[in-house]
Amino acid sequence: MEYTLSKIATNDGHGENSAFFDGWKAYDSDPYHPTKNPNGVIQMGLAENQLSFDLVQEWVKKNPKASICTNEGVDDFKEIAIFQDYHGLPEFRNAVARFMERVRGNRVRFDPNRIVMSGGATGAQETLAFCLADSGDALLVPTPYYPGNDRDLTWRTGIQLLPVVCESSTGFKITREALETAYKKAQDSNIKVKGLLLNNPSNPLGTTIDKQTLTESLTFTNEKQIHLICDEIYSATVFDQPGFTSIAEIFEENPKSYNPNLIHIVYSLSKDLGFPGFRVGIIYSYNDTVTNCARKMSSFGLVSTQTQHLIASMLSDDEFVDRFIPESAKRLAKRHEILTRGLAQVGIGSLKSNAGLFCWMDLRRLLKEATFEAEAELWRMIIEDVKINVSPGAPFHCSEPGWFRVCFANMDDEAVRVAINRIHEFVMIVQTKKQRYIRRGKLEVSLSFRRLDEIMMGSMKMSSPHSPMSSPLVRAMT
Amino acid sequence: MDNMLSRKVTCKSHGQDSSYFLGWQEYDKNPFHPVRNPSGIIQMGLAENQLCFDLLESWLARNQESNWFKKRGESMFRELALFQDYHGLPEFKKELAEYMSEIRQNKVKFDTNKLVLTAGATSANETLMFCLAEPGEAFLIPTPYYPGFDRDLKWRTGVEIVPIQCSSSNDFKITISAMEEAYKQAQKLHLKVKGVFITNPSNPLGTTLTLQELNHVITFSIEKNIHIVSDEIYSGTVFNSPQFISIFEALNKISFNNNNNQIWNRVHIVSSLSKDLGLPGFRIGAIYSNNETLIAAATKMSSFGLISSQSQFLLSRILSDKIFIKKYIKENRRRLRKRQRVLVSGLEKTGIRCLKSNAGLFCWVDMRHLLTGQTFEAEMDLWKKMVCGFGLNVSPGSSCHCNEPGWFRVCFANMEEETLDLSVQRIRALVDSNLSIVK
Repeated sequence: MEYTLSKIATNDGHGENSAFFDGWKAYDSDPYHPTKNPNGVIQMGLAENQLSFDLVQEWVKKNPKASICTNEGVDDFKEIAIFQDYHGLPEFRNAVARFMERVRGNRVRFDPNRIVMSGGATGAQETLAFCLADSGDALLVPTPYYPGNDRDLTWRTGIQLLPVVCESSTGFKITREALETAYKKAQDSNIKVKGLLLNNPSNPLGTTIDKQTLTESLTFTNEKQIHLICDEIYSATVFDQPGFTSIAEIFEENPKSYNPNLIHIVYSLSKDLGFPGFRVGIIYSYNDTVTNCARKMSSFGLVSTQTQHLIASMLSDDEFVDRFIPESAKRLAKRHEILTRGLAQVGIGSLKSNAGLFCWMDLRRLLKEATFEAEAELWRMIIEDVKINVSPGAPFHCSEPGWFRVCFANMDDEAVRVAINRIHEFVMIVQTKKQRYIRRGKLEVSLSFRRLDEIMMGSMKMSSPHSPMSSPLVRAMT
Repeated sequence: MDNMLSRKVTCKSHGQDSSYFLGWQEYDKNPFHPVRNPSGIIQMGLAENQLCFDLLESWLARNQESNWFKKRGESMFRELALFQDYHGLPEFKKELAEYMSEIRQNKVKFDTNKLVLTAGATSANETLMFCLAEPGEAFLIPTPYYPGFDRDLKWRTGVEIVPIQCSSSNDFKITISAMEEAYKQAQKLHLKVKGVFITNPSNPLGTTLTLQELNHVITFSIEKNIHIVSDEIYSGTVFNSPQFISIFEALNKISFNNNNNQIWNRVHIVSSLSKDLGLPGFRIGAIYSNNETLIAAATKMSSFGLISSQSQFLLSRILSDKIFIKKYIKENRRRLRKRQRVLVSGLEKTGIRCLKSNAGLFCWVDMRHLLTGQTFEAEMDLWKKMVCGFGLNVSPGSSCHCNEPGWFRVCFANMEEETLDLSVQRIRALVDSNLSIVK
């Protein structure tokens, strides 16, 4: 009977048959729990921010009026429940605009009338694709990129994503050359490029895009007269230098140099505040036509007014916001440090990062060979033997095998400790096995053991120039 | 600049240039308020249910949020804030399925595994079109129909609507010949028909579909091997007999031979809490279907418009109070029935008849005799007179794709009773002024 459904309903455009989700399935069938299932799979594939809920919960408790279900707030119930205007509650738009300004150090201004709602960033991406491109058109996206982009931007819209290949040799920076190459390739294939999608801070890299690259990108899109979409959903997860520069800043510094009709920002509260369940997505476009159209399309994914009301209240509380942003960043920094240090102790490096809820881990030395098959094999080993769900680079369209995204903000301190211990143990076991083999005269060490072995034995040259410094513990092993 | 944007931006499929929305714009400029602006325009174009908020508010007063959290022994906030599983909050889905059953007199049972949550019926309807049809394919829809369908079903999906023309001669009931005619029309336009889309209870008619009509639709869809989408979002607003019959109930009554029962895989229901419970702001909609492939695809698509976990949780609390819900359903019906009577009898006294209705938040009003001519231009003239001259934003039948001029949809549940009385007075004034013109 499947022929009676549409192609979209029966194809793989939803992307869920990709390896990215296999790890989740492994986790779902055997989830770690400190007491109920201490040997279960630890979920490090979920980019969630769970570190600062105590601050939010404290605020919620102190502000019962922000909820329409409390005695203090129920007077607003009717008005909120019947409000379905796709412009959104004015107080919501104001509060979100102010919050976005604050996250950018008040270096830019956002007009609340340009704040358009969407069903999370997922809905925002799709809506922008519907507004800016027709079926068959393309968007350029620097690799590696969030696998969900494939579904969000192309599944129902019919557009295609073309990679702008970024390489580890340059720290995965977006170069003008890479942009031009991608653009030309599209032209040669007769594909119409409608825009460039940037993710700043980057998922999965965990890095902010520097001012120069942002300026170059905006210059590039302006020259080619194509759109620039900046997904800034991780903007408040920046925890270290260099700070965050928004595309809004680049534009506002030189408004006459750029066509505002080509500039659009995607935002959400899912990462910065840790509220993915509330589905608060935002489109901010400098283009009036796009703003109006996206607003009409927001009917397909409006934010529940119950949630708008709560968020409006929370984000207009200056004291709370001023405390939350730096405290959240501080906790992310600490967690990031614990993880990267823990990895470094066993010779595992990661891309130097200053933002996001994850590290971009360099396991190239552990690969049997520099192929994606080997990456998949290593990943399976990590899930089955180390029992940690991390995300392999292939679904992120990384051009080089061996990179893995590992999330660090979606668990408590204990779980992080357990994860790091498991990694250490795994590496120790590999080392011990290697010694045993040698004693028994068996020199048939698997290639993967040999790789770890090399690291242990002191060829301590970290492959990535961005890896953290080797700790004393590591040096002691050699 | 336009060539830098998509065709969807520049086309008019969002439907907002239609009169349906222009009336709203007029209202926004000069909205009625009993004290602040008593001569303003009364909004009678908004199908909202504002009659039972006191019941919900008193429920909330008795069942405060702080207590829910206490009962769970932990803070729900964090759990809800993180919950983004597109399968939906299990406790909410369970309650929604049971509620859907309750308003169908438990004649139909709903399985939560076949239920997909969406951000309102708007999202549900669009998602179904994405799943059931390719761009350029068509759905047949009985007229008159909800103006929003032009946007929801067609705009981003590229799906076409071909109307099944219904006529006042038989109270706008769906007939086999009308469906056949529509099918032929689609073929003439080289449009492949993928299904029939019905709204039951009907917006704007305010009537429930008869078993005969439902059987016509089912027979037709079996024969043509197409889908049936039944938008049943007004099912909780049925306030009079005849009783509401859901498409599934009608299907249950039929004993199929081997081949025909495949139709079960092609029937899909849309549900929502915006009309029954009067909570359009919370964006609570759902798709229900026995078609597993459809459910799997629609579930993934719901990522583009999930229901806020906050609202899922709130509704799971309200709906789980079965005693309250039973009382609410009953009282809601009683108040709707009473309110409809006020409008119908008020209009009767001015010589205006309404289509006999037993559901919905509006009446389908016959003002053909007030037209200066049986044309849509005359209908627009009368409508403009009503909006600008007499301060009543009603919805002209042409915006609902009615093929006969002179019908108007008038809402009665989105205002205070005094306001409804006032609007009836204004209609009387309009009729009187009309008579004096004729003289």
